[in-house]
Formats: sequence, C-alpha cells, structure tokens
Amino acid sequence: MLLSVAGTFLGLLFVTFFFGRVVPIDPVLAAVGDRAPAEVYERVKRELGLDRPLPEQFARYVGQVVRGDFGRSVLTSNPVLVDIKRFFPATLELATVATLIGVVLGIPIGVLAAVNRGRWWDHAIRVLGLMGYSVPVFWLGLVGLLLFYARLGWVAGPGRLDVAFDDLVPPLTGVILLDSALAGEWEVFVSALRHVILPASILGYFSLAYVSRMTRSFMLAELGKEYVTTARVKGLSERRVVWRHALGNVMVPLVTVVALAYANLLEGSVLTETVFAWPGLGQYITSSLLSADMNAVLGGTIVVGTIFIGLNLLSDLLYRVVDPRAR
Amino acid sequence: MKRILILVAVLLAAWPLAPTGAATPKDTVVMAKQIDDIISMDPAESFEFSGSEAIGNIYERLIGYDLKNVSQLKGELAEAWSVAEDGKTYTFKMRKNARFHSGNPVTAKDAAWSLQRAVALNKSPGFILTQFGFTKDNMASRIRAVDDQTLVIEAADAVAPTFFYYCLTAIVGGVVDSKVVQGHEKAGDFGNEWLKTNSAGSGPFKLVSWKANEAYTLERADNYWGATKALPRRVVVRHVPEPATQRLLLEKGDVDYARNLTKDQVDALKGNTAIAIQQAPKGAILYLGLNQKNPNLAKPEVREALKWLVDYDGMEQTILRPQFVVHQAFLPRGFLGAVEERPYRFDLERAKALLARAGLPNGFSVTMDTRNNSPIIDIAQAIQASWAKAGVKLEIIPGDGKQTLTKYRARNHDIYIGQWGPDYQDPHTNAETFAMNVDNTDNAKSKTLAWRNSWDIPEMSKTTQAAVRERDAKKREAMYQALQREHQKTSPFVIMFQQSEVLAHPKTVEGFIMGPSFDNNLYHAIKK
Repeated sequence: MLLSVAGTFLGLLFVTFFFGRVVPIDPVLAAVGDRAPAEVYERVKRELGLDRPLPEQFARYVGQVVRGDFGRSVLTSNPVLVDIKRFFPATLELATVATLIGVVLGIPIGVLAAVNRGRWWDHAIRVLGLMGYSVPVFWLGLVGLLLFYARLGWVAGPGRLDVAFDDLVPPLTGVILLDSALAGEWEVFVSALRHVILPASILGYFSLAYVSRMTRSFMLAELGKEYVTTARVKGLSERRVVWRHALGNVMVPLVTVVALAYANLLEGSVLTETVFAWPGLGQYITSSLLSADMNAVLGGTIVVGTIFIGLNLLSDLLYRVVDPRAR
Repeated sequence: MKRILILVAVLLAAWPLAPTGAATPKDTVVMAKQIDDIISMDPAESFEFSGSEAIGNIYERLIGYDLKNVSQLKGELAEAWSVAEDGKTYTFKMRKNARFHSGNPVTAKDAAWSLQRAVALNKSPGFILTQFGFTKDNMASRIRAVDDQTLVIEAADAVAPTFFYYCLTAIVGGVVDSKVVQGHEKAGDFGNEWLKTNSAGSGPFKLVSWKANEAYTLERADNYWGATKALPRRVVVRHVPEPATQRLLLEKGDVDYARNLTKDQVDALKGNTAIAIQQAPKGAILYLGLNQKNPNLAKPEVREALKWLVDYDGMEQTILRPQFVVHQAFLPRGFLGAVEERPYRFDLERAKALLARAGLPNGFSVTMDTRNNSPIIDIAQAIQASWAKAGVKLEIIPGDGKQTLTKYRARNHDIYIGQWGPDYQDPHTNAETFAMNVDNTDNAKSKTLAWRNSWDIPEMSKTTQAAVRERDAKKREAMYQALQREHQKTSPFVIMFQQSEVLAHPKTVEGFIMGPSFDNNLYHAIKK
C-alpha cells in the first residue's frame, strides 16, 4: 500500500518535472527578470541548479522532498511549504463550502428528477444541469458579482474579508470561517461568510450539476430494481421507498462522485479565484507554471496528489460506513 | 447561447448599482491592483513595478528629482552633493535631522552600508550601481562614510555626473537603517531575508505586511522626520487580478483606487459622475523589434516600409487611448534629450514603393511573437491588417509573456512586439539598450535590445558611449537628440507608443501623486 502510494507520487513528480522542463520558458527569467546582466543571470542559474543535467536536477529535487525541503518559490521568494500553507486553506474553505452547497442541493434535486422522470420537473433540472456544464465559469462569476454584489448588494465583493477585519483573527488553520469561529469573532465570521458565499455558490453550481445528474442516473437504475417493486407491494410509503431504500443503496457510488467533485475543487479553480480575487492554490500553481517556477509547481502537485489519494482512501472508508456488505 | 449570455451581461450592466454599502474606513486607503509581480520588499532586490511603488513610499534615497521637471535634481536624505575635478569622486552631505522609523538618525554610514549591501548582494537591480565599477572587493574603499554627515563615492570612470546622480535616484539607492537590518543578518545575507517582508526605512510609511499574490499594507510613520506627514493612517493594496472586478469594487465603494482598468472600463466609467480618472505618462515604450537575421527584415527599405505601414493614430484612438499615446523615439517624454517628432504615419503608397525598391513588390511573409494579453494582441491584429494592404503577410504567434520573451532573448524570432520601461531616470538606460551593441556574436556579454535583434552598429555604439561620458548637460542633451533622429531613420525598431498610467477613484478621494516612474507613485497626500 505504502509502496504504491510512493510510486504514484514519484510518477506524478516525474511527469510534472519533465513537462515543466519541456515548456519553452526560461525559469531563470522568473528569478532575475529581463534586465539582469549576464553574470547575475549565470549565477542565479547555477544557484537554482539549472546548469546540471535534467536527471540530476530531478534526483536532487526528490532527495530534498524526502528530507521535507520543497525548495523556494522564485515568484514569491517564500519556501514553497510556507506558500502552500497560506494558499491551500483559502482553497479548502472555498471548495468545502462549494461542495456542501453541491451535495445538499444536488442529491435531492437528482432524486426528484429521477422520481419525476419525463415530467417538466425532470426537464427543468436537466436544463439546469446542462447549463452548469456549458456556461463558462468566468462569465458566470462576473455576472454573479454584477447581480448579487453590485446591483442587489446581497453579498460582499471579491477577496476573503472586508479590509477592516484584515489580520484581526490569528491564522490558526488559515480557514477564516473556522479561525473566526474558534476565536469567537462573529463579526469576522459573518464578513468571511458574506465573501465566500458567492464564489462558493458559483463553484457549487458546477458540483450541483454533476452530483444531481449522477444521482438521477443512479436512482433511475435503482428504482427499476425488483426490491423497490417488492417494497412498494408491501405497502411502504413512496417517500420511504425512495429516500430510505433506493437512496440508501445509491449512497455508495455517490460517495465516490462527491469525493471526486470535492477533489477537483481542492485543486483550486483558477478562473473563479481570478474573478473573485481569491488567493488560492489554483492561481498559485497556474502563475508558477507560466513562469516555470518548478519548485512551486511541484509542491502544488504533491498537495493535489495527496488530496486525490487521501480522498480515495476516505471514500474507501466511507463505503464501509454506508454499505454493511463492505464491512 | 453566446448571444443570450451577452444580452444578460448587457442588461445587468445597464441596471443601476445598489446603494453603496459600508465605505472603506476613513483613515484607510484601499487599492485594487495587480501586484503578483512583487518578489521582495528589499530595495536592493526589488525590480518590479509594484514592488518599486511600495518601496518608494517606505524608503528615501540620497537624491531625487522634481516630479514635474525631471531635469531638476533635489535632495532627499542628502542636502548637498558635488563632483570633484576628476569626474569620478562624488561627495554627499547628509541632512542632520533625518530619522529612520526606529528613531535612529540617518547617517552617512547608513547610506554607505546600504549602497555596499546592494553591490554585494548584486540582485537584479544591482547593475545600476555596479556599472560604475563597484565590486564586493572594492566597495568598502570606494563607498565610504568620512563622518556621520559625509559620504564619499568613487566611481571607476568619469561619466556624465547626471548619469551617476539619476542612477542613485533608483530604488536600489534606497537607504536602510543599518543598525536594524544588521540585527537581522543571517549567514552574511545583509538582512536580505528579513527585508523581503519587513522594512527599515525613513519614508512617510512603514511596511506592516506583504503577503505574496494577496496584499500589502503600509502604515503611516508617525515619527516621520520630514515636514509633511502622511495623511492616511493605513494604505492597503489588494491583489485583484481581474480588471472588471476592480471596476465593480470601485463603483461599490469597497476600494478607493482601481489601478489596472482597461480602455473599455475607463470609457464606461466616464459616465459615472462620482468617479474621476487620473492619468500620467510613464516611461514604458511599446515597439516592434525586427530581427536582422531575417534577410527580408535586414533590408533598410523594408525596415522603413514597415514603419510607414503602421496606423499609429488609428490604433491610439480605437484600442489604446488613454493607456498609450503615439511616441516614436526611444527616449520617453520627460527624459533629458527626449524628442517629440513623429516622422512616421500610415502611408501605403510610400511603403509599397519602398518594398518594390527592396525587390519585394508583392510583399513577403513574416511571423510575430506576441504576448496573448490585451492590448498587445489587439495591436498585433491591427498591424496584421494594415501590413496586409501592402502584401506583407504577418503570422501572429501568440504565447505567454515569459514564453515569448525566452524566444526573443534567444534571437529566435522574426518580429517581437515588446514593451520596455527605463531602469532609471537617465537617458542612458534606453540609449544603451536601443542604440548599443558592441558584440553581435551569440555569446556576447551584453545582450541589449539591439543585440536581441542582431543589429550590428559599431559606430552608433560609440556615439552612445560618448553621450554617457559627456559632462556638459546641454551638449549631452543634443547628442541624445541626434542619436534618436538617426535611430528613427535606420533602426530595426518600430517605436510606436509611450505608456500612460491610468487609475480611477471616487471624486471624494484625491491626492495620489503619479510620478513619471512607478517608484514615485506616492500615497502620502491622499485624503478622503
């Protein structure tokens, strides 16, 4: 098990590293800029180890990672771990609220669509889902801001907090909703909630579209099974048949669906983060990649890889909780 | 679908804004700006626009210049300065009353140590000082404090004194509190690690925090030694990458300044009576570099024809104003020796005649590496259309900024559409890069823009070198003017526009000082 996880990571790093080096961008440029004289350029190139052969660079990097040293980002001048510690909680906060919205609304909507198959309800929900897939998130984010922030004034604007609350709560976990609640700073909590709700709803809409469509398909398959007919014949109420028996069995594959949706959001959504000025992992990894800042890209890749592997393990564990046969 | 999306967006945009919610705090100025270029807050290391702006509000230099008349130098931490007969030895007399934020007096020792650390660290902006011959080995003897009030600096060669002085006005000449910074030195790093995210200056503001890609916060230095203390207690600059978002934040009153608005947004804001637009010319020049390795582009007639084929005014009016205005010489307006002439305009017949003389009556095909952001890509498309009229088929190769730059630096382009901002306020900064190329081989030490475009100019390089040594300011000015006129005629650079920085703010907020360089965008006079 441990060996396969290590192998997965090594493969992930290998592919990312070599793709990063194949990209026709000079990584020294990010560190010294366009104006540095030749001797500064050469010195920094040596300092970054970029004058060494690629396999040696890779071996050195892996050696460092094994010792817990992820190197330094040339774009922010910080150790990569410090950056990730700061950017990841922002993404975690956004992704968690978005997934909650996606799951809490997506599953019931999917069930309703399946139960009302072919009726206008079902069509409306399918159109809603289709829009979730097809509308560009960038556009949706800007229109959402224009409507709910600028015109209606229901939510706060871009950023994670109002300026007045900046640096007021000690960053215990970096998740402001959690930190402010733990510190009992409820005004800060409300400000953070007002800021996160719109980007999370936009992202949650995409999760909702995915989760509801999957729930609908799973439920349709489940509702056609014999035990459902038996339950109905036995005189169980329709509510009990659908929400308890059928949905109960659908929960197993749904756990995987939700875990994957959550993992996708935890990678960071660069467009949503850009529109909402949300300092998250997506923006960090993307801007690093465009500057060939490989330490930052690889550090981010390790985090994303860990998330996927961790959530896979978690969904395996959850199977056992929701499905007695798996225990 | 696309039409529906556009319709929804237009309807929403036309709907009046909800009343402004809680405005920004009265004593705090909040700005929305793209600040992801900052890599350090250390004046010896920072060389990016956003970092320079923050540092310009925190640190002071020995001398500065009058923002309205750049040719007038003025003392900052030095009250007097002079150059000896040898043209190499400079003496600065420090002000007696200047204090750092810590309360320590600003002395010549601090100034000497600050310049020495910039030389020793030799980060990206280090060359601005090391070009005068300072090295880690000689800096202690060549940059020395004679006493607390007297600083003596000995350059290796006699150059135009104005050249030396203007270099000291750059951010890299910022004076740091040596006692405080030395207290944070680690492994001979001259406190660089600490100064990346902390400050030890003497300016109107001190740094509270800088979180990369997120925000920086400055706080008023209440014990500022100067005559006018800063008006705002705090200045918060938040990283807001999307210009449309910046505009929304401004119109809602959640920020006081939007700093990166595009032409469309500025045009739209003109209808908002509560918002004012402020702008000032900056030094960046937009140009096309024609690689002389390409045999067609190496023909003088072709170079000239392409200059006649650009619709300068049309582009300014339709896609660029107010961010860029037409400018056709390598020195930006406001620099010593800048020329205002615009010899070129769109003239199809003249261009066709020149192409015919070059043996290319039906035009030719050529590629242009282009950053895929606005307005660069829009400019490229406009040029593509106007060149096509003379049969020049331009293929645009879009790419990310660092990707196209990597190719340009390796001289693997045909044409590159570039933007160049001066490193310091002296004409040599642009003359050196646009009009000097002493070694055109691939392994040259100095890779100027002229080198990048393989433009071999031994004679013009000598003229450029002579101009930087000319000690008479009037003669020097005339030399740069002549150099630019020659450059306009013969160079493989189609210089098109000069940047103008534009920002928007509510009419109730005013006082942002926009200098000619990003390091003199000053916050201290902003009042709400």
